[in-house]
Amino acid sequence: MMETLIYLAWTMAKILAIVLSVILVVAYLTYFERKVIGFMHSRIGPNRVGFLGFKLRGIGQPFADVLKLLTKEIIFPQKAHKFLFVIAPMITLATAFAAWAVIPFSEGLVLADINAGLIYVLAMTSLGVYGVIIAGWASNSKYALLGALRSAAQIISYEIAMGFALVGVLVAAGTLNLTGIVEGQQGGIFNWYFIPLFPLFIVYYISGVAETNRLPFDVAEGESEIVAGFHVEYSGAAFALFFLGEYANMILISALATIMFLGGWYSPIWGDSWLAQPSILWFIGKTAIFLYIYFWLRATLPRYRYDQIMRLGWKVFIPITIVWIMVAAVLKVYQIGPWF
Amino acid sequence: MSKIVKYLKSLTLKEIRQGMFLTQKYFFKRKFTVRYPEEKTPKSPRFRGLHALRRYPNGEERCIACKLCEAVCPAAAITIDSEEREDGTRRTTRYEIDLFKCIYCGFCEESCPVDSIVETDIHEYHMETSNKKVITKEQLLAIGDMYEEQIADAREQDKKYR
Repeated sequence: MMETLIYLAWTMAKILAIVLSVILVVAYLTYFERKVIGFMHSRIGPNRVGFLGFKLRGIGQPFADVLKLLTKEIIFPQKAHKFLFVIAPMITLATAFAAWAVIPFSEGLVLADINAGLIYVLAMTSLGVYGVIIAGWASNSKYALLGALRSAAQIISYEIAMGFALVGVLVAAGTLNLTGIVEGQQGGIFNWYFIPLFPLFIVYYISGVAETNRLPFDVAEGESEIVAGFHVEYSGAAFALFFLGEYANMILISALATIMFLGGWYSPIWGDSWLAQPSILWFIGKTAIFLYIYFWLRATLPRYRYDQIMRLGWKVFIPITIVWIMVAAVLKVYQIGPWF
Repeated sequence: MSKIVKYLKSLTLKEIRQGMFLTQKYFFKRKFTVRYPEEKTPKSPRFRGLHALRRYPNGEERCIACKLCEAVCPAAAITIDSEEREDGTRRTTRYEIDLFKCIYCGFCEESCPVDSIVETDIHEYHMETSNKKVITKEQLLAIGDMYEEQIADAREQDKKYR
């Protein structure tokens, strides 16, 4: 009995640690995003809010934003479905956080080391679309509904390409366990899967961007066309939840890309030196690179047209992934290269 | 052939890579942001901001209540009342500008025969309640007294273009 309680408390502590760190990273991700995009626009980005009268290049901006959002009123549209309207942002957030349960941050540093980890992650990220659809429908607004429809179609299309891209990784690693996948990439940068599976790596990342409704695939929000898509009617804390969910998903996609293709917590060099030690810092660094690319893409590319997005997903990515899965299978069967 | 090249270009994301290199270049370039309250952009001597009424060096107010500014004002923002003073000159008893109506065109300054009403380069001002939007003769004269040096300097710089 006592053991069960301790086990439960310990698990709760771990969950709390993960959730809190994800929330903190999300907060500073917004700051990082505004800085990066500002720099690329020849601006300097937020530089006013600091702590105790020190500006510190705007380091207090995320907290000011959070406080602002939390103190604002949550407006319910008169004809909205109250229950679904409230539950939708929670679904988005819960699924975005739930997927973090199986992410291995470092050797043994994982909440639930389950065998079907990859399937679980895919399931959780797909469930996130329900939050969007329900939010769009429950708002009872034409723009919200349009945004929800677009987002649903887009996420379903890119889920396929993404799933196929991950099949390549499964072929290479021979396991669904995320820790197992990372351990399959031991032995320095040339053993990481992004080299033999390079097209799948690119397809996975672009699908990931589309999956999270980030630019240049943000037709679901499309502020110039449908104001803010599915979350037009949301304000205050409810909007903050959507925001949190979206950014948590971005970090998740980046972390998964690190695990699948860039060898998780392993160092790019192999040997006995201190630089070659596997560490959570490698994991964080690699994830940060992908997050940077998110913002880099956002600062570079205009929004795709809806039909272009669909064409890219169905007519380009799916054929590429199918071809490359076969290539990967051939490589695997005949043991070509040092990767498998 | 050209079609194949085009396919290869789009498959290797050529244009996207070019665009991303460009934005990355700008990431390291000099930033143009002016950190406003600490840094300010230069202002032209012709800048048309808050109004002021000027005085002659001997302290006599310039305005002779000819009402040309009132007549020329396209927004009808100026209201003037006048009467004869004891020494027989005509002076304003009321000179009010509605700052919400004013469009800062500068016609009043151009029309003034004695260079009395001017638009200074002050643009950082505010009213705390909406009934403060009309500024009176006293306030205008006070602004003129306070910034006379600045006003005269700006007029001097712009003199040869008038």
